[in-house]
This record gives sequence, C-alpha cells and structure tokens, in this order.
Amino acid sequence: MSTTTLTFPATASRSLPQTLRIFLTETRYEFLRLLRTRSFALSVIGFPVVFYIFFGLIMNRGEHIGGITVARYMLAGYTVFGMVGAALFGIGVGLSAELAAGWLELKRASPMPPLAYLCAKCISAMVFGIIIVSLLTLLGITAGSVHLSLIEFVRMMALTIVGVIPFAAMGMALALLVPASSAPGIANMIYLPMSFCGGLWVPIMFLPKVLRHFAVVLPTYHLAQLQLTAFGYPSTGTALSHWIGLTGFTLLALGVALFAFRRLEQNS
Amino acid sequence: MPAILEPPIATDAVASLTSITKRYANGVLALDDLSLTLRRGEIVALLGPNGAGKSTAVKLLMGLSAPTAGNVRIFGADPRNTDARLRTGVMLQVGRAPEMLRVREQVEIFRGYYPKPMPYADLVKAAGLEEIEARFFGQLSGGQKQRMLFALALAGDPDLIFLDEPTVGLDIEARRAMWTTIRALAARGKTVLLTTHYLEEADALAHRIVVINKGKLVCSGTPAEVKSISLGATGGTATSSTIKIIRCVTALPVQNIRTIPGVTQAGLTDTLTTLTTTRPEATLREMLALDPTLHALEVQSPALEDAFLALTK
Repeated sequence: MSTTTLTFPATASRSLPQTLRIFLTETRYEFLRLLRTRSFALSVIGFPVVFYIFFGLIMNRGEHIGGITVARYMLAGYTVFGMVGAALFGIGVGLSAELAAGWLELKRASPMPPLAYLCAKCISAMVFGIIIVSLLTLLGITAGSVHLSLIEFVRMMALTIVGVIPFAAMGMALALLVPASSAPGIANMIYLPMSFCGGLWVPIMFLPKVLRHFAVVLPTYHLAQLQLTAFGYPSTGTALSHWIGLTGFTLLALGVALFAFRRLEQNS
Repeated sequence: MPAILEPPIATDAVASLTSITKRYANGVLALDDLSLTLRRGEIVALLGPNGAGKSTAVKLLMGLSAPTAGNVRIFGADPRNTDARLRTGVMLQVGRAPEMLRVREQVEIFRGYYPKPMPYADLVKAAGLEEIEARFFGQLSGGQKQRMLFALALAGDPDLIFLDEPTVGLDIEARRAMWTTIRALAARGKTVLLTTHYLEEADALAHRIVVINKGKLVCSGTPAEVKSISLGATGGTATSSTIKIIRCVTALPVQNIRTIPGVTQAGLTDTLTTLTTTRPEATLREMLALDPTLHALEVQSPALEDAFLALTK
C-alpha cells in the first residue's frame, strides 16, 4: 500500500426529509414522555383548571371588570398561568434533569441536530399550552357563560404558541444555572410569585401600587395584557409596549442561557 | 520507561489524538501530550486508574470537549462534524435515560438520526433486548439499562464505536454476549474503543491495550505485550508466553534469588516467595538444585492485573 487509502465508503449525508423526520420524531416522543409523566401532566394541566374553577367560576358573582365579565377576564389570566407552567416545568425542569443524568451529553455526542432537541421541548410545551387553554375556554363557555368569537379564540391560541417562547428561554436559562436537585423548587419560587405579581390570579388593578409598578418587568404581566387585548379589553399600556417587554425578556433569558452554557462547556 | 510498542505505519487511521493537552478551567491538567490512534477493525481498551484521563480522552474524541493544545480527528474531520458523527456510535455512563419512554421507542429515535441505520431486528438481537422491548426505561434493571444504551450506540451501524464501561452491572452471561457482539463488529471492520474497569475484559477482548496514567501514555500494545513490558521484560527475546510468576516456599534468601538468570523481580510475603522470570525453566532448575526443601510450588502466567498494578504504581 503506497498511499493512504479511504478505508470506508463515505456515508451518505442526511437528506432534508430525513432531518425533518428527526424533528418530528423528537417532538412526538418528548410530548409522549411528558404526557406519560403523570406528576408533570396532572399538575401542569390540573392547577390552572382548578384555580380557574375556584377563582373564575365559583367565586364569581356575575361581576364585571371594565365592561367584561369576571369569568372572561380571569380566563385570560389563567390561560397565561397554564402555559407559563407548561414551559417553565416542561423545559426548565426536564432539561436540568437530563443534563444532570448525562443524557444530554449522549444526545450531543449523537448526530442529532441540536436544534431538534430544543424544538421538541418548545413545541411540546406549546401543545400543552394549547390543551390547557382549550380546557379553560371550554370551562368558561359551559360553566361561566363566557362568550368568545372564533376570531378571539384563534387569537388566543396564536398568543399561546408565541407566548411559550419567552418562558421556554427562561426555563433553559434556569436549567443551565441551577443544579437539578433544586430546579423544581426554584422553578416554583419563580413561577408562583411571578404569576401573582403579573396579575394572573387577581386582576392587576386590585394589587397594591408598588406591585403594579413592579409588574412592568414581569413577562407574565405583558403576556396577560396582550391576552386581554385579544379579548377586546383595554390593557394598561399599549400592545407595542407589551411586545417590547416580552422580546426584551426573551433576549435577556437567551443571553443568560448562552452564558451559562459557555460556562458549562468550559468546565467539560 | 520501557519501549512503547506501536506498529510503525498507520495507513488506515480511523480516529486520532495528536499531542493532546487538556487543561480544565479550574487548572487541572487532565491530559499531558497524549497521542493515540485507532485503526480500522481494531478493538482498543483504554485502561487507567480513576482520574487517569480516560473519560477526558473519550470526550475529546466525541467532540464534547475541546483540547487546550493538539489535534483531534475522526475520519479525517473535526469530531463535531455531523458527517463524522453519522459514522460514530457512543455509549456513555448515563445515570438516566428518559424513564417514560419504552426501549423500542428510544432505539427508534436513535435509529432515526442515521441515514442507514442497523435494521431494528438485528439491533434487538445484537444487544439482547428481546424481552424488554416494550418496557419503560424506568422499569429496567441496571444490566438491562446497559443493554439498551449499547443498542443506542449501535443504532446507526457506525464504523467507530465508543463504549464507556459497557459491561458495568451485567451478569456473566450478558457480559459474554456483549463481548461476542463487540468481536463480531470488529470482524466486520468496525473500530471499537472501550474503557473498562474489568482487566479480564480488556485481556479477553482487546487487540490493543492503551494504559494511561496522570494524563500520559504509559504503554500501548497487545495484552501479551503490555504484560511483558510491565514485568520488566525489556529484552528483545522475551514474550509474554515465557514470562511466568513463580510462587513457592523456599529457604533461599530473596537477594540470592534475584541473581538467578531470568529473574526480574522477587519478594517475600510471610513465608511465600514470589518472583517473576523470563526464563522459567532455567530459573526453576537452578532453584530446585540450590534448595532441596523447596515446596508448595506454583507457576502462573502473569495476569493483566499484575501488569496494570505494576504500570500505574
């Protein structure tokens, strides 16, 4: 043998349809995994439903807030509460557990496109968000005599899908910063106060003045206001200001996640 | 240090580490000018005590970590390159795979990553998944988990396979079955790099053993060569088949035994004298002639474990 020969035929690269199929498979099984993880599925769907039944339907005595019924107003808050939970726990807690177990490392060493992993987690959270919002809407219509036009419903769904993104980014940052054992606890410590202060449980105008000012930095506040706008309720601040708030928060969370990922890589 | 036995030409290198130094951010020097080449159809066992740098070397080859200095190549490309990864299979020490997915589902996910995966039925057979296909990962025993992870490494029918402690937690039968599969892979021209704590495994399986310690290459060669290097047989004539460990009860003082032809090491524990010789027949003849009371004689081929302990002391 005089020259260095190619010892293996070069493997065929993946075609585009094959790559797309990886994204689909990854997403399908991530969703299935979350659905089968009862502790996740039950709490993430159950909490907003139970809260809405209590605070939106049972406690509601036919009052109106700014021209719309309490049941309708609260629907906006609890749908946001639900989708934030799905994103924060599905992505934040899921990712941190897989990171700690070494599973992420195996995935990274495999030829899986890294984006497929992140997309699977993000889209699964979106699907959970859609399930939660649909259930709450159904409850509102049947038990709370909420009237919702098709356009309003579609707008709400679109907002659910987009609204998952800032919280997915936040979940990612959380997973990369916090040790897996404390991730669920810390996620709750952020989730619950952020929901309350963002006006998801109690309408924002009923909160003390200090909290109302503080709410401006919370993504939950901006998303809830956008949801209310979709219902035709005049929000505090303009829609544009809320979009800017959400985008800013997303960029900040992604920046933190990137920084944390670099730090992890340097130590590996 | 004894000579390093490295075959001279490497025309069919599949993966290589060239003069790799790896220093972590916390200042720990994990690898110190390490070079290693894996060739086609070869089973290489990477041995070393804990903290020797085995995992670091494997991580570099998988492209999970970047070297401080030196060059890593997989199929002539950067290990992060997707085309290189499409030809590589990996089994890592994983604490937990997703628990609520079935074995079949996890295998299908990994098969989907590769353009020409191994047929599903072949994978089930190769990794011994017949009875656990429908189980959730969370329901598997330790050995069954290892088998599933092994299947994931083989899913793409890769040309290069990294196995990190593949047989931990397996019973003897399952371990032998995995050995058979690994040998069959090498026979098909696949390259396998494995790290293991079981020296018996490296001895039985590897074509070549690479011993590293404190981030440096200690020696590299066939199991027989590694044994002979470590036991002091640096001369050209000795091969492992002639090196023997002799144990006996004898009145001869240890310092006298050391002067007998062929003896490379000798020591006394309690009443038992242990010595290593490259010329067992000559040594024994002389000892028996010198000491008629010599008894409890035992002659053994050296185990890899002896070699390993001697090398990494």
